[in-house]
Amino acid sequence: MANIMIQQGASGGLVFYLPKRDLEASIESIEFDSPEKWGGELKLDNGGTYYIDPIAKPPRLPVSLRAKRLGAAED
Amino acid sequence: MTTLSREETEALIAEVLEVYPEKAKKDRAKHLAANDVSVEQSKKCITSNRKSLPGVMTIRGCAYAGSKGVVWGPIKDMIHISHGPVGCGQYSRAGRRNYYVGTTGVDTFGTMNFTSDFQEKDIVFGGDKKLAKLIDEVEQLFPLHKGISVQSECPIGLIGDDIESVSKKGSASIGKPVVPVRCEGFRGVSQSLGHHIANDAIRDWVLDKRDGQPYESTPYDVAIIGDYNIGGDAWATRILLEEMGLRVVAQWSGDGTIAEMMNTPKVKLNLLHCYRSMNYISRHMEEKYGIPYLEYNFFGPTKIIESLRRIAAFFDDSIKEKTEAVIARYKPMMDEIIAKYKPRLEGKKVMLYVGGLRPRHVIGAYEDLGMEVIGTGYEFGHNDDYDRTIKEMGDATLLYDDVTGFELEEFVKKLKPDLVGSGIKEKYIFQKMGIPLRQMHSWDYSGPYHGYDGFAIFARDMDIALASPVWGNLVPPWKKVAAEEVKKAA
Repeated sequence: MANIMIQQGASGGLVFYLPKRDLEASIESIEFDSPEKWGGELKLDNGGTYYIDPIAKPPRLPVSLRAKRLGAAED
Repeated sequence: MTTLSREETEALIAEVLEVYPEKAKKDRAKHLAANDVSVEQSKKCITSNRKSLPGVMTIRGCAYAGSKGVVWGPIKDMIHISHGPVGCGQYSRAGRRNYYVGTTGVDTFGTMNFTSDFQEKDIVFGGDKKLAKLIDEVEQLFPLHKGISVQSECPIGLIGDDIESVSKKGSASIGKPVVPVRCEGFRGVSQSLGHHIANDAIRDWVLDKRDGQPYESTPYDVAIIGDYNIGGDAWATRILLEEMGLRVVAQWSGDGTIAEMMNTPKVKLNLLHCYRSMNYISRHMEEKYGIPYLEYNFFGPTKIIESLRRIAAFFDDSIKEKTEAVIARYKPMMDEIIAKYKPRLEGKKVMLYVGGLRPRHVIGAYEDLGMEVIGTGYEFGHNDDYDRTIKEMGDATLLYDDVTGFELEEFVKKLKPDLVGSGIKEKYIFQKMGIPLRQMHSWDYSGPYHGYDGFAIFARDMDIALASPVWGNLVPPWKKVAAEEVKKAA
């Protein structure tokens, strides 16, 4: 489990940020994206995948969450 | 020398790497690249923020340098204790020229060195008692200080002293903030982690201490984040922002105070100059207080105008009008400078190797003078820095991350730039090779370089460096005579 931050990108998409490793990547797809259920599997543009427990859609971004790493980014 | 093609740049990298043993070659190859402007993600072409190779010359610093030297040190009304042996504090003392206003030793302490001066017995029995005593002594000798930060040096982490509990007790007894910072030098691969640790310490121990207190705010409150006032940079920046009609509440951390930092959560917009060292706290404030942050660039008129307009876009029309007035007012001054220096500097090639934000931020200023940056690199940048750099640099220009002494020398020998922008450790090597060098860490004891006023000084300094008659006298007179005779005879 790692602390991550999800924020709104300048170009409209969501941006994933992992403070511990200073890793910034845009989120290509999010499993659940509705007001009451938001989260699930996140696919990043660097090839990594992370999982966040689905929650109600946060009213304001950025938001810090706990995420589980499913697949590492290729290095 | 003309600009290299991609193949030539790659061949140059391969040639320079030739001397390394197999394993080192493989590792270093990842850190050197020919720029490819079509790449969106820098990690496809360059690797950064990795441990330096043992045995090569790197000019990186340590986590303590990042925390005490960069982020905490310039906060002028606090006393920053270098907790550990005396050397770390003494050798990093006042070297960064973070200017400030105040009476040193009375209400400001920027250029002084405070240390707990560890001896053998402190290592053996622990230094907590010494630190507690030191906090009381500081309070007695310098009653006007507004707080203390405890900057750990390596031994503190190695012997496991509990500086947090001592700091809490000390803070209660003197009634001022005492901030323990766990920035032991062995942490991380460079000073970059020190910036992160320092930002986290500010977040945990300083930032929220005035939340909920009454505060007279205006809709135009901004904070300057990541400007360390080197040679007066933050002042040159502040003038422009104030002329735009904004109210600068806080300067982080050049000429800054702890009170300003505590008031920062009340601003409307954070203006982030040094992304590398202070993006952490900006991200935190965006999440916790909903304050957006904006990266800006105050080097050179083109980038300044761009940045001023981007900043103004956050505010109402009165600010936008004033911003246009500011741009118009400085335009003649800028035109005059460019008219004076551009013909002298046009077409000159520059190579940069610095840290923080400058490897990409100063490119615009050089281009305004008609100069071309043919190589750039970060000491301790991360992937996100290179993401931002790729777009600023020309195609097939050289990028080097944490470049070693040998590599940089070879690159300069081969590329023959007209000017190198780097630090004191490179200065005399390259000057002896006959290549002018300006220190881009300390502005070579000149400055400021930020803002319109800074650009005037920047242009003059670059011209001074290049036009110095000394570069024509590198061949000693007796060798010159011989050369002329040979010419005559021929």
